Amino acid sequence: MTAATDNGFVVFDRVQKSYDGETLVVKDLNLSIGKGEFLTMLGPSGSGKTTCLMMLAGFETATHGEILLDGKPINNIPPHKRGIGMVFQNYALFPHMTVAENLAFPLEVRKFGKSEREEKVQRALEMVQMGAFGGRRPAQLSGGQQQRIALARALVFEPDLVLMDEPLGALDKQLREHMQFEITRLAHNLGITTVYVTHDQTEALTMSDRVAVFNDGRIQQLDAPDVLYEQPVNSFVAQFIGENNTLMGTVKEIENGVALVELDDGEVIDAKPVNVKKPGDRTLVSIRPERVEINKDRLSPNAHLIHAEVLEFIYMGDIYRTRLRVAGNEDFVIKTRNAPDQRRMKPGEHIEIGWLPEDCRALDAPA
Amino acid sequence: MTEATRTGQMLAADGTPLKRSLQRALRAQKLRALMLIAPLLLFIMVTFVAPIADMLFRSVENQIVSDTLPRTAQAIRDWDHNSGEPPSDDVLAAFTIDMIAAVERKQHTRLGTRLNYEQNGLSSLFRKTGRGVGDIGETYRDQFAALDPAWTDPGTWIALFADPSWQADHDAWEAARTAARSAGRPFAEPVPPFRLKDGMAGVLPETADAYLDFARAVQGNRNGDPAARAPWPPVYLALYRDLTAVGVGRIATLDEAAQALLDPAHYAVRGFERADLAALYAGIDRAWSQTTVWATIQTFSARYTPGYFLTAVDLKQTPDGITSQPADQKIYIMLFERTLVMSLTIMGACVLLGYPIAFLLANLPMRTSNLLLILVLLPFWTSLLVRTSAWKVLLQQQGVINDILVWIGIVDNAGRLILINNQTGTIIAMTHILLPFMILPLYSVMKTIPPSYVRAAKSLGATNWTAFWRVYFPQSVPGIGAGCILVFILAIGYYITPELVGGTSGTFISNRIAYHISSSLNWGLAAALGTILLGVVLALYWTYDRLVGIDKVNLG
Ligand SMILES: Nc1ncnc2c1ncn2[C@@H]1O[C@H](COP(=O)(O)OP(=O)(O)O)[C@@H](O)[C@H]1O
Ligand SMILES: [Mg+2]
Repeated sequence: MTAATDNGFVVFDRVQKSYDGETLVVKDLNLSIGKGEFLTMLGPSGSGKTTCLMMLAGFETATHGEILLDGKPINNIPPHKRGIGMVFQNYALFPHMTVAENLAFPLEVRKFGKSEREEKVQRALEMVQMGAFGGRRPAQLSGGQQQRIALARALVFEPDLVLMDEPLGALDKQLREHMQFEITRLAHNLGITTVYVTHDQTEALTMSDRVAVFNDGRIQQLDAPDVLYEQPVNSFVAQFIGENNTLMGTVKEIENGVALVELDDGEVIDAKPVNVKKPGDRTLVSIRPERVEINKDRLSPNAHLIHAEVLEFIYMGDIYRTRLRVAGNEDFVIKTRNAPDQRRMKPGEHIEIGWLPEDCRALDAPA
Repeated sequence: MTEATRTGQMLAADGTPLKRSLQRALRAQKLRALMLIAPLLLFIMVTFVAPIADMLFRSVENQIVSDTLPRTAQAIRDWDHNSGEPPSDDVLAAFTIDMIAAVERKQHTRLGTRLNYEQNGLSSLFRKTGRGVGDIGETYRDQFAALDPAWTDPGTWIALFADPSWQADHDAWEAARTAARSAGRPFAEPVPPFRLKDGMAGVLPETADAYLDFARAVQGNRNGDPAARAPWPPVYLALYRDLTAVGVGRIATLDEAAQALLDPAHYAVRGFERADLAALYAGIDRAWSQTTVWATIQTFSARYTPGYFLTAVDLKQTPDGITSQPADQKIYIMLFERTLVMSLTIMGACVLLGYPIAFLLANLPMRTSNLLLILVLLPFWTSLLVRTSAWKVLLQQQGVINDILVWIGIVDNAGRLILINNQTGTIIAMTHILLPFMILPLYSVMKTIPPSYVRAAKSLGATNWTAFWRVYFPQSVPGIGAGCILVFILAIGYYITPELVGGTSGTFISNRIAYHISSSLNWGLAAALGTILLGVVLALYWTYDRLVGIDKVNLG
């Protein structure tokens, strides 16, 4: 057993999954989720997130490895005995039952008495601010309202763990942002352990305690949102999360935690080596648009500067977004705050840009 | 305040009310749409609406009696069938004219067949009477001939009754014919249609009427020439009756030639030997001296009759009102009940067998379910007759199923099950044949139920059974409804399979309908039975709509 298995509330221990016996959809998943934690599985479509969730809920069996819930292996426990609340992407509210009946369903099958049932249903409805909607049918509710009901139904029987599979995918942007807040609030208030699946990085970053970035059936990085954003451990994570400028190059030397990278057009820059090992490695250098400096005064005197040509200037209200050509890359974007001392650059203008070495990360070059 | 709001009507830019210009704009569109569906509409009208309307009409239509016996239908109206007396001479005379005209037109046998539905033996009675009716009135003809031989000359009758203009037309026609004959040319010109002379109907009403019918019937019958034939003897009967009734003054209104002919006859008829019509008819057949035949004619002389419907529900219309059929002829209610009960049984069997199959189809992986679907559809590619015959082979007492049961030892050789030529056979074979009609709507509904519902139910703590029963099943109910309606409606009108494997106890009402259409040729009764069947289906459909809601039905 790995160390993680000893203390997690939910533990995936070397879990593998294959549907067809030929390809592994989930390859060696190790994950420990603490009690009360809000963990998000983030990744592109097809990366195996739903599969992991389904294995946890009991609708798919792990091909190899063990899943533990509260220290007990659950591989052989049928789904209805696992006591895990679940919110589906299409909500899966039973269309032939009213909202109240939907909510009463898990209580009924648990043989709660009628009065207790009604009380819990009403409490759950009020928790999602839908107290007056008990008599409606799901079809009579808007998408956002259905979403709330689905949430209430997953919580009404007070499970220790809720799973949500892209629950906000069908909502429009504004409603989605509101519900993100709402879900996090509920999860924290109730102290419930939540495993949340999404392919939307903003959602993942704003809601979670920790985010597991999935790709190709593996967790690429498992970290708190800020760490994930600022210190991506490989090029996939860097490119998947947030806006990102990339430059290709080769490592010339690594010294004192700073790598000297020669870009493909010959320019030389400083970068922080993350997963490059030795001089001669191909590397993808990643810099966040907001960390690019155009003001030389803010950089250390011996920092490498690099030449750039302004291609486009976009005024976005709170920020300026400027597109540059840097070392042959025409999609190099910088963001500057709309401050009184900021200058609006004109297309065709030639400038020099630079950055702090720790903001510029030399990552593996994707194949 | 603008013009538009003051009048409460929105106006288009050119000042016409907005509603009207919208309608005008949409009319072209509607017309185009209508033209697109016109062929289909026409097809449906011709193949669906028209036959049903025709069936509804036939089930009450009864014009053959009043069309064939128009005078009798009128004359017999006031006759009291309870008097014990056969109808008066007036009725008999009217009947004689009607009959001879029907014989000339060869319609009396059809009439006999029609009335035979109501009373056995009438078919042969009418055939027999048709042979004898030509003699009635012979005594009068002979007496008129004795008075003046001119009465047997067709020309006399033409001169008396034909319109002069017709006579001129007829002369021209005859000249053309003679010319053609002598020139050896073929001549196919029809005789000009006979026209009655004005005023004759006022003086000699029955004779004029009878002669007109005679002339028309002769013309209609292979284009004969009325001027070449002396009238039927019954026309002399009419003449006798008219002359005994008419006053001298009326005859005096006619032209001189007519007066010269009619005056002596008018005087002479008082001395004529009377023919006893009742006795003559009794001579043709004893039945005519009883009231029952006349009562039947009276009862069914209306143009529309509820008789077929009454027969279809084991009642019958008698001169004394509606009574129930004798016990040995009560079959239709029983057949309707049997059809309903067996259709419901078949429907139930289809639900029980079809539901699990549809469930598998909807939930198995694509490849397996496609294979299964082909197996379900396979029967559609085999002839219905082949499938039904296969069941004959399987279900016989010496057939495959009995053999296997005996071999296993479930039944012993002496006690082989009777599985065919009874209700069991019909139910088994029809359940098999109609099963796809249950499976397909069920499947199409089940396929639309996302698996996430059952998963959600399970994640909420429901066992497999609870998840199925509380969540999956209710959502598949529209499919069950659609399948049930489809199977039931198909079953209730099914014909071939019950005919082949139903024996006598396993046949449906439709087999009876087919019998009346093709064997007994009682189309009216067949139509009434069909109409009732249609009514039952519509009533059940309506009930279903009230209970479940037809909008919940999903045929896929
Ligand atoms: N029931 C299944 N049978 C076969 N393959 C499946 C099934 N469900 C998912 N997959 C495959 O597994 C991979 C991961 O799917 P999924 O877990 O749904 O990804 P995600 O939720 O991250 O989009 C995909 O390639 C998908 O095609
Ligand atoms: Mg998914």
